[in-house]
Amino acid sequence: MAKYLLLKHYRGAPAPVNDVPMDQWTPEEVSAHMQYMRDFAARLEGTGEFVDAQALAPQGTFVRYDGEGRPPVTDGPFAETKDLIAGWMVIDVESYERALELAGELSAAPGAGGKPIHEWLEVRPFYGEQATATE
Amino acid sequence: MNESLLRELVPAVIGVLVRRGADFAAAEDAVQDALVEAVRGWPDGPPQDPKGWLVTVAWRKFLDAVRADTSRRRREELVEAEPSPGPCGAVDDTLQLYFLCAHPSLTPASAVALTLRAVGGLTTRQIARAYLVPEATMAQRISRAKRTVAGVRFDQPGDVGTVLRVLYLVFNEGYSGDVDVAAEAIRLTRQLAARIRHEEVAGLLALMLLHHARRPARTGVDGRLVPLAEQDRSRWDTRLIAEGVDVLQAALVRDRLGEFQAQAAIAALHADARTVEETDWVQIVEWYDELVALTDSPVARLNRAVAVGEADGPRAGLAALAGLDPALPRYTAAAAYLRERDGDPVTAARLYAEAARSAATIPERDHLTRQAARLNARLRG
Repeated sequence: MAKYLLLKHYRGAPAPVNDVPMDQWTPEEVSAHMQYMRDFAARLEGTGEFVDAQALAPQGTFVRYDGEGRPPVTDGPFAETKDLIAGWMVIDVESYERALELAGELSAAPGAGGKPIHEWLEVRPFYGEQATATE
Repeated sequence: MNESLLRELVPAVIGVLVRRGADFAAAEDAVQDALVEAVRGWPDGPPQDPKGWLVTVAWRKFLDAVRADTSRRRREELVEAEPSPGPCGAVDDTLQLYFLCAHPSLTPASAVALTLRAVGGLTTRQIARAYLVPEATMAQRISRAKRTVAGVRFDQPGDVGTVLRVLYLVFNEGYSGDVDVAAEAIRLTRQLAARIRHEEVAGLLALMLLHHARRPARTGVDGRLVPLAEQDRSRWDTRLIAEGVDVLQAALVRDRLGEFQAQAAIAALHADARTVEETDWVQIVEWYDELVALTDSPVARLNRAVAVGEADGPRAGLAALAGLDPALPRYTAAAAYLRERDGDPVTAARLYAEAARSAATIPERDHLTRQAARLNARLRG
């Protein structure tokens, strides 16, 4: 088994096919979208492939060390930042192909007009554990 | 109470319940429940007959579950059946459980989880922690696996090869949780080797023992990977090595070579060298030739190329590497190593950095990054 991160972007991914911002959907469409995500996670729990799912608020602050005894420096948010993470799902699956298949299904979540969003999701492998019998 | 001693009884107790008429899934659940009770209730030591106690309690748990779940009629049938202990003739229940849990209809991950629970007696929580997934996910994986094998007859002979592949995965792929799954894999393979005379079972056991013997030396204090050539060999466990070599030799004399015996032979040759310079690379290459002939595995060919580089010089190693697919895991790392040995640190540094970017684990990535950094520092100096 291998773990993969399915990463959803607010910004930074190519534009989806059904590219209507969520605040332009009907309330029912928003609910249908949320239900689809919950059902998807529940189904993966049932197949023994679910690890974690989290959503992030868009507000972010950059922080860095500024030297001994000084408070950290903060900056941002930067409106022009290319990449903005919206959330993720972590799955534990038999193969890379299975990870792609599941990402494809997640990308079919309904949006405006009840039609699939065709959203681009980023699939990233986790580092694995060092195998014992390979050195 | 020694928990691992208790767990050794698990497969046999499941077997007794199945022979009394319980289906496998229900029997397995009942034995888990009985185990929990045993761990709680035996603080001052086990009863006179721990197995008998477990059978009695597990059977009671099973009947409770049947009572809760299904019709009264089924329960009465089973209660009537209870006085007979069931046939316990020639069939080895524990062995049957190994076959069932590694059944070819299961995916590798399901077979691993089911084996650890039903043969190993680990709890779902322990298995979930060992594989870094939520307990609910692991519970589903196990119950799906049980449904998959529900129709498999318990007394069918199984395939030893699939069992060995599952045990090899358990040994190789666990994380370090509160249960040492590599040690658990050795325990299960040892138990299997005691029940069945099979050269490859012995080969796998030897392979595990020989690798496990080196484990203390494979990781530095800061968690870094220590490659074989740099390991402090005084930290190798000589008792495990001696046992591994004995097990392997007893298997090899039967002259039915298989891939696990060949891999174990390579591990034994490394274990046999008191210093890295003493390593018998010529013999190691010969064993890789056997391994390639047995498996036709590209990974074996890659490892063989590295061994050729040691036996016949880096040029020969690079030539052996040339015929392989550069997309193979560790191909670039092997190329970097051979280039450096061939006196080309510039190329080697570039290849090490490239290999680090495609490493599959963090210790490996960090090791390769340090190799690149070491060469680059030398080139600057």
